[in-house]
Amino acid sequence: MLRRLYHDQPETFAFTPDNQKWAEAQMKKFPEGREASAIIPILWRAQEQEGWLSRPAIEHVAAMLDLAYIRALEVASFYFMFQLQPVGSVAHIQVCGTLSCMICGAEDLIGVCQDKIADKAHALSADGKFSWEEVECLGSCANAPMAQIGKDYYEDLTAERLGEIIDELAAGRVPTPGPQNGRFAAEPLKGLTSLKGYDSGKTKFNASAQLATDIGDTVKRIDGTEVPLLAPWVKDTKAAPSPKAKATKTTPKTEKPKAAKKAPAKKAAPKPQAAAAEVQPATLKAPRQGGADDLKKISGVGPKLEGVLNDLGFWHFDQIAKWTADEIAWVDSRLKFKGRIARDNWMAQAADLAKAK
Amino acid sequence: MLKDENRIFTNLYGMHDRTLKGAQARGHWDGTGAIIKKGRDWIINEMKASGLRGRGGAGFPTGLKWSFMPKESDGRPAYLVVNADESEPGTCKDREIMRHDPHTLIEGCLIASFAMNANACYIYIRGEYIREKEALQAAIDECYEAGLVGPNAAKSGWPFDIYLTHGAGAYICGEETALLESLEGKKGMPRMKPPFPAGAGLYGCPTTVNNVESIAVVPTILRRGGDWFAGMGRPNNAGTKLFAISGHVNNPCVVEEEMSISFEELIEKHCGGIRGGWDNLKAVIPGGSSVPCVRGENMRDAVMDFDALKEKGSSLGTAAVIVMDNSTDMIKAIWRLSKFYKHESCGQCTPCREGTGWMMRVMARLVEGNASVEEIDMLLDVTKQVEGHTICALGDAAAWPIQGLIKNFRDEIEDRIKDKRMAGMAAE
Repeated sequence: MLRRLYHDQPETFAFTPDNQKWAEAQMKKFPEGREASAIIPILWRAQEQEGWLSRPAIEHVAAMLDLAYIRALEVASFYFMFQLQPVGSVAHIQVCGTLSCMICGAEDLIGVCQDKIADKAHALSADGKFSWEEVECLGSCANAPMAQIGKDYYEDLTAERLGEIIDELAAGRVPTPGPQNGRFAAEPLKGLTSLKGYDSGKTKFNASAQLATDIGDTVKRIDGTEVPLLAPWVKDTKAAPSPKAKATKTTPKTEKPKAAKKAPAKKAAPKPQAAAAEVQPATLKAPRQGGADDLKKISGVGPKLEGVLNDLGFWHFDQIAKWTADEIAWVDSRLKFKGRIARDNWMAQAADLAKAK
Repeated sequence: MLKDENRIFTNLYGMHDRTLKGAQARGHWDGTGAIIKKGRDWIINEMKASGLRGRGGAGFPTGLKWSFMPKESDGRPAYLVVNADESEPGTCKDREIMRHDPHTLIEGCLIASFAMNANACYIYIRGEYIREKEALQAAIDECYEAGLVGPNAAKSGWPFDIYLTHGAGAYICGEETALLESLEGKKGMPRMKPPFPAGAGLYGCPTTVNNVESIAVVPTILRRGGDWFAGMGRPNNAGTKLFAISGHVNNPCVVEEEMSISFEELIEKHCGGIRGGWDNLKAVIPGGSSVPCVRGENMRDAVMDFDALKEKGSSLGTAAVIVMDNSTDMIKAIWRLSKFYKHESCGQCTPCREGTGWMMRVMARLVEGNASVEEIDMLLDVTKQVEGHTICALGDAAAWPIQGLIKNFRDEIEDRIKDKRMAGMAAE
């Protein structure tokens, strides 16, 4: 397969501040002078941030690692997980088509993608939300057939179920990943044949699905704020990520207290530079009776952002759906990422979700 | 059947507590420092006595491999690299270790690194295993916090760092020297051997590359003794093994079983039998896509270990068992594997780069029956030209499934060619 750079390239690329810190921490995993070893993880983070790998992104990573551009380009074009063309704005669906999946029905799954998304692999759907491709063995053969959507594996699929999953994603919901036929992980479907003594039933999901539901970033564009940066391998105290790593080490691992601690600081910081075009939208001190809406249903909002939004005084879909352009600017400058609200089109999503209620 | 108390991966399905505390409650990280204090020679001898053979496919004795590492450093550091690039079609066993029982692997990394004089270990996980990467990294973070790895790992006095890094979707990076290239941030193209990694591997330093499962079983073997492990399975095929059974069985699964279990027992006990009964069994690929297939009727009495499957004209490989029933078009199945190898050839050696594409195209015509009978022998001849004429074993791996198909299902290929010809003549 020919792998070329896309004809229409963006002007620039920059990591978000948190992704930049993450990338610098990765470079410290390797001996001095060998930082370029981190190229694959860093290119991957660039793709996670943007959805695909553009020429400016490859150049940016090459410069970070002090590599000739061609060295980075040959890595980007060699490894098939790097998408060198834009992918669907909601999700890129990768159906495993290798032997075990093929004999268990992967061709039907590909048929669903052709029907619902686009006839050809890597082409965008009419609404631009989806793209798909057939990939080689994803290493979940005992749960065949399966597909990877965003960060997660959807296993034990049927054509019907994959169709439903695509519909749900289109509506802004993220179905729970993992086996779709009631299995927990890779145990026999009809019940355990071994390790019965360990069937404690203590966890709701297997490790993969648990992480997916805890972090809530299955099809999210990653900006580095999803999970705290932990880099226990970083030793020299001069290094940038180190104090942060130490700080997070002492705090308990749960997400919530962190989000709560961080939010006020963020709220305070941008105030002095609040531009004239910013207008504060109507906020609430607490959710209305009946409880807050699950803002995580908005694609682009994870548990962390939900916490920030709650702190700002937003609890309900209809609040978000009503924002004006000036009010978006106000919220935007209080969130960490500029342009996010428009890019993921929160307003329309929130309006749909408010109606669906 | 293997008893639960002899299973090493007691949280294979992740139903129990997956944290460090849970792992310790199941007996992991118990007396690790004391094991290390017994010394390098004791560990390597015990590993040799256990009879453990590498779980990544080739089956090379693990203890022997470790003993190739230099005893005294010449100033260069030594590295342990764990091959977690599980990409062989059919294989999905290491994933379960890394996401559900990660502490077996991390503890194994510490002990193995000590045994080969390495203060640093890199785990190279395939890029698609994103959640598995997160789960394993979380477990590593826990170990750093608890002091089980770090400057004085598990109070053994041995400074040890463990790093997790990943690939980005290249099967070839499961080959040990391609993995080292990829780990160094380059295209995953295999290196010529010699020099072997034990002499000059990662960054030109002495390196041993081991499979996840090979490393993850180490702590339990050393705690319970090499004799315990050697007592399971037939001689030269010792221990327990994770089997991954996929395809046309009633309940596909990953399960830890004793080596040398019979195929029939494995399928009946854990997989609920063959879909449609044993008479419906057409063929089995017993060790991942690279090994030749075996006809169903020859497989029922097969013993699942390295030596017995060799006698069957196949191999245990990674113990990834792909079962195919009579509904399967065998020619198409092998064509799909040819397509896989064509896709994954790194392009470095001409016989593989050109040969995999050529073989895939001929296979595609055989699926249709759009060929002449002589072409079967021509295809067989080309597979022999590719086999053994490339830097790494991907050329061999691409050749073997086709050789297995021609050996076992030649009649089916010929019938299809004849049918096509008859249909063509009837149309005229």
